[in-house]
Amino acid sequence: MKSNNKPRVRIQNASKNFDKVVALKNVSLEVKTGEVVLIIGPSGSGKSTLLRSVNRLENLTSGDIWVDDDLLTHNKSDIRKIREEVGMVFQSFNLFSHLTALENVTLAPLTVKKTPKEAAVANGRELLKRVGLSDKENNYPDQLSGGQQQRVAIARALAMNPKVMLFDEPTSALDPEMIKEVLDVMLQLAKDGMTMLVVSHEMGFARAAADKVVFMDGGEIIEIGTPDDIFDRPKEERTKKFLKHIL
Amino acid sequence: MAQIKTPRFEVTDGTLIPDKGEKSIFSAWKLAFFGAISLLIILPVVKPDPYFQILKFLPDGILATFQVTILSIVLSFFIGLITGLGRISRITVFNRIATVYVEVIRGIPLLVQLFYIYYALGKIVQVPRLASAVIAMAVCYGAYMGEIFRAGILAIPRGQMEAALALGLSRGQALWKVILPQTIKVILPPIGNEFIALLKDSSLVSILAVSDLLRRGREYASTSFMYFESYTIVALVYLIITLFLSRLVAIMEERLVRREK
Ligand SMILES: Nc1ncnc2c1ncn2[C@@H]1O[C@H](COP(=O)(O)OP(=O)(O)OP(=O)(O)O)[C@@H](O)[C@H]1O
Ligand SMILES: [Mg+2]
Repeated sequence: MKSNNKPRVRIQNASKNFDKVVALKNVSLEVKTGEVVLIIGPSGSGKSTLLRSVNRLENLTSGDIWVDDDLLTHNKSDIRKIREEVGMVFQSFNLFSHLTALENVTLAPLTVKKTPKEAAVANGRELLKRVGLSDKENNYPDQLSGGQQQRVAIARALAMNPKVMLFDEPTSALDPEMIKEVLDVMLQLAKDGMTMLVVSHEMGFARAAADKVVFMDGGEIIEIGTPDDIFDRPKEERTKKFLKHIL
Repeated sequence: MAQIKTPRFEVTDGTLIPDKGEKSIFSAWKLAFFGAISLLIILPVVKPDPYFQILKFLPDGILATFQVTILSIVLSFFIGLITGLGRISRITVFNRIATVYVEVIRGIPLLVQLFYIYYALGKIVQVPRLASAVIAMAVCYGAYMGEIFRAGILAIPRGQMEAALALGLSRGQALWKVILPQTIKVILPPIGNEFIALLKDSSLVSILAVSDLLRRGREYASTSFMYFESYTIVALVYLIITLFLSRLVAIMEERLVRREK
């Protein structure tokens, strides 16, 4: 994929403890502009914690994270400003259940960016079209399938025009027949040059879109490489063992 | 599996909630409701004196009862909103004030509170009786309403707040635009029940010289000495109103549940 050299996201020595549980141990990672980085690893290995630290839904115990030149682990940093620039897609979609698909997409631009209503709606419709849901703009979340909800959630995050998109297991709550429709949207997004950090075990997506694959275990990064490196020629024992599990 | 569900929580109030599954023509609710209505029609027809006389005497009181109830519920809604937010607030001072308020109110019998607030108000400001009664009722019910708000807010899945924050909304914006609109839907049935409970408890304000339904009945009784007859009619009117309202709440609850399908 196209990617220039400037890191868009820089994670340096990130550590996170929940009481006695060590969720992240000295994690360092760079994501360049336009790069798609896939994070894999067993349950509890700290994948979500790492992702959630990048828009400070979790506060690191120590370490720093930059998005472009903004240090977001500093207490005084304008966290809302950074969150505007970092979109997040959750495993459980988390669509606002009292709002229609279109209202879900326009809420943040209207509330945070104070975009004029007409522009927000026009942009919202454009985004829904992009995820293939033009005909569903007036549906409430409970009138949409899981795959459709997740696509609305992607459109909702894109509406803030983010520099980075975070995906935390976006397809693992979906029935098999709906996984593809969501992955297709993500693939297109990657092709369009979006910088993406994705927690997922979808091998097809990884091979097609990922520039780098990161294997985590026990809160640490064990191995980083291209998809071919990691999936076909893993170096570390723990990586091999894990891959045997999921392949 | 992946459907977002509006959560519900148990309603613990002491009002009669019609069982939604109960379709029989002899359900408890129907027996009570239509029984009461029949009595209220038959008694004045068969024995117009005194029953029809009593019935004619009451409408002003019914109006006052509704006035007190509606004004109190509206005021206690706002007190409850603030209290509920306080109860879940991370700001210690706000949290403590709200919690102490709830504890104090819960620990004092309603009638004692009514007397206390009514006369305390009278010492400070000169307000009309009705206003004092409404303020007293609202302060008492605000605490319970606060607990309903708290439960309602806590019943909204955490992911809703997280998604809002992740989009760049402030906590306040997230609360106002995402959490509270969903909370209102969840707490409508419990608030409906609170309304019924308040309507019944509003009979207590008759002691504070407000001419509500009960007081009108008492006035009639004390001039005519027809105590049994007067209170029979008063009780029937209360019963019909609360049974009717509780059916409304049940229907509303059912609509909300169905809308989720
Ligand atoms: N809020 C929390 N409080 C306490 N412990 C937590 C919290 N969140 C995560 N943890 C712990 O931190 C560790 C890492 O969790 P994390 O959710 O990041 O793992 P994960 O790799 O995303 O796992 P999964 O694949 O199951 O989603 C786990 O041991 C988890 O129990
Ligand atoms: Mg996770």
